[in-house]
This record gives sequence, structure tokens and C-alpha cells, in this order.
Amino acid sequence: MIASIAVILGCQLLGEVIARGLSLPVPGPVVGMAAMVGVLWLRDRYRPAPLMAVEPAGRFLLANLSLLFVPAGVGLVGNLEVLAGNWLALAVALVVSTLLTLVVSVVTFRLVARAMGQG
Amino acid sequence: MAGDFALWVYLTQTPLLWLTVTLAAYAVADWVSARAGRHPVANPVLISVLLVGGLLVASGTSYATYFQGAQFIHFLLGPATVALALPLWEHRALVVKSLVPMLAALVAGSVTAAVSALAVAWAFGAPEGVLVAIAPKSVTAGVAMSITEAQGGDPALTAVLVILTGMIGALVVTPLMNGLGIRDYRARGFAVGLASHGIGTARAFQVDPVAGTFAGIAIGLNAVMTAVIVPVLLGWWLS
Repeated sequence: MIASIAVILGCQLLGEVIARGLSLPVPGPVVGMAAMVGVLWLRDRYRPAPLMAVEPAGRFLLANLSLLFVPAGVGLVGNLEVLAGNWLALAVALVVSTLLTLVVSVVTFRLVARAMGQG
Repeated sequence: MAGDFALWVYLTQTPLLWLTVTLAAYAVADWVSARAGRHPVANPVLISVLLVGGLLVASGTSYATYFQGAQFIHFLLGPATVALALPLWEHRALVVKSLVPMLAALVAGSVTAAVSALAVAWAFGAPEGVLVAIAPKSVTAGVAMSITEAQGGDPALTAVLVILTGMIGALVVTPLMNGLGIRDYRARGFAVGLASHGIGTARAFQVDPVAGTFAGIAIGLNAVMTAVIVPVLLGWWLS
């Protein structure tokens, strides 16, 4: 467990250094995700002993992903006044835009997948 | 009475109280969600936020005090993003096979997310500052806030809009996709990760591991795509 925490934090650290150092428009942890893919490739390719247990902490975090959004979500309480004056425009825009984005994304994905003969 | 006050002062100065409250509220919310058969309305994020938010309001506690405790959980968002590499690696054959449909959905979905939000808000007469803040609302909070800030908007408004977008997506995705008759979990997951970032991805992992994997990929791709297209779109729209 400790080894897998260290590997994950190490990837995030590397990602932050690269993203901030190069002023990339991507968050550090997303670059860290790419670094983690590299770690997993190394693990499967060379099977080095220190990398054989990189999964437990990551699996634990992903199994409880909803929990991690609670602190940010609680930030809504008491901050909803920033919507004041425009709440109707914003509420309609968020609902319509989210529904439309879901439909356009999923339909585009399916049309292209079907055109490629993926069923 | 003075003893009670001293105890309260102690509790407000350590992270212990609100960290415990957050974990306990989530444990309750997750139990409710499991009992409801993971029904989309019984969303664990929404239930936890209502429970904790209610307690903060009732006890007159500020968000800053709450966050002293909650920051330890909030910090884990970064490591969890890194951990999305695990399902990505596990399903890599399927991911590689799906690259072309993903990229097509990314372009169409990312443009739709920004343009439709701008168009509806504009039609309702929202001022320019609000248009800037809503354009990147489908992207993960940190990226969305920096896009808004670079365009001269209010990142705090963007943060609220991003969280609300996440919750809306997590609540509607399952009934919407079932209604459309979509059984391809790659497509369902990719759409919800693109439209409503991590909160949508958390919902996708509840429903199906493949959906969660593709939602996680969509968060990263849409962050890059939106950072590129939103400044261009706003340049046209507001000129």
C-alpha cells in the first residue's frame, strides 16, 4: 500500500513539474496519469520488484471517487449568491448544455464506431 | 458552559471534526445510494453535500473552517486522477481500438458544450462576465478556472458552475442514455466524462468499469480541447 501511494504521488509530482514547467494547458495530475501509464508499461515489461504492487492505493481511490468531490461540492453552500441576478439564465444554460453535450458526444461516438464496423 | 465553549473552540481549530463529519456523511450517503440500487437520484455526492452543508449552516461554521478538515480529502483528487491510469492500462486494447470514435466525439462534444452554454446564457440576456465564466463549465475545475481567469472572468463563478454541471450530468446520464437505447459503455462513459468531468466519471464508475475508464480519458482530452477552443470562441462571440 505504501509503495503504491509513493508511486502515485511520484507520478503526480512529475506531472506537476512538467505541466507547470512547460506552462501546459493540462493539469499536472493529467500529465501524472500519462506518467502512471508509463509506470504500468514498465511493470508489465520488466516486472521489477519495486513496481509489482502499484495498484492497491489507486484502486482504493477510484472505488471512492465520489467522496473526493464532497469538499468542493460543499463549497456550493454559501457561494450560490454568485449566481444572483443571473440564476435563471445559468440554470437553463447548464441543464440544456449538459443534456445537449451528452447527446451530441454519445451519438457522434456511436455513428463513427458503427461506420468503422464496431457494431 | 465555559467548558462547552472551550471544547467547541478546540474542535474548530483542528481538522478532526469536519474531516470526521465529511467521512461519516459520505458513509451514510453511500449506504443510501447502495440501498437505492445506485439509482441516479440517490447520488452520493449530492446527499453528502446536503448533509454536510446543512450542518455547516446550522452550526454557523464558515467554509474556510470546514475546509481545514476537508482539505485532506480534497487533496486526494490529484492522486485519484493519476490512478485513472490503472483502468486505462487494463482496458488499453479497447481504448486503442476506440481512438477514432473518441476523437470525433471529443471535437463534437467539446464545441457543443461551450457553444450551447454561451448561446443559452446569451439568449437569456446574461452579461459578458457571465458568458466568459460559463463557457468552460464542462471541464475539470482547476482548468476551467484558469481559462476563465485568463479571459478576464470570475473564477469563483466558474467553480460553482463546474460543480453544478458535474451534478446535473451525474443525475441525468443514466436515464438519458437508457432512453436513447445506448448500450455501448465506451460511448456512455466518454460522453459523461466530457460533459461533466470528475463528478460524471464517479457516476460512470458506479455503473460500469469500462464506462468509468472512458469517462476518465474524456476528462483529460476535454481539458486540452476546451483550453484551446474557448478563448477562440469567446474572441468571436464577444467581438
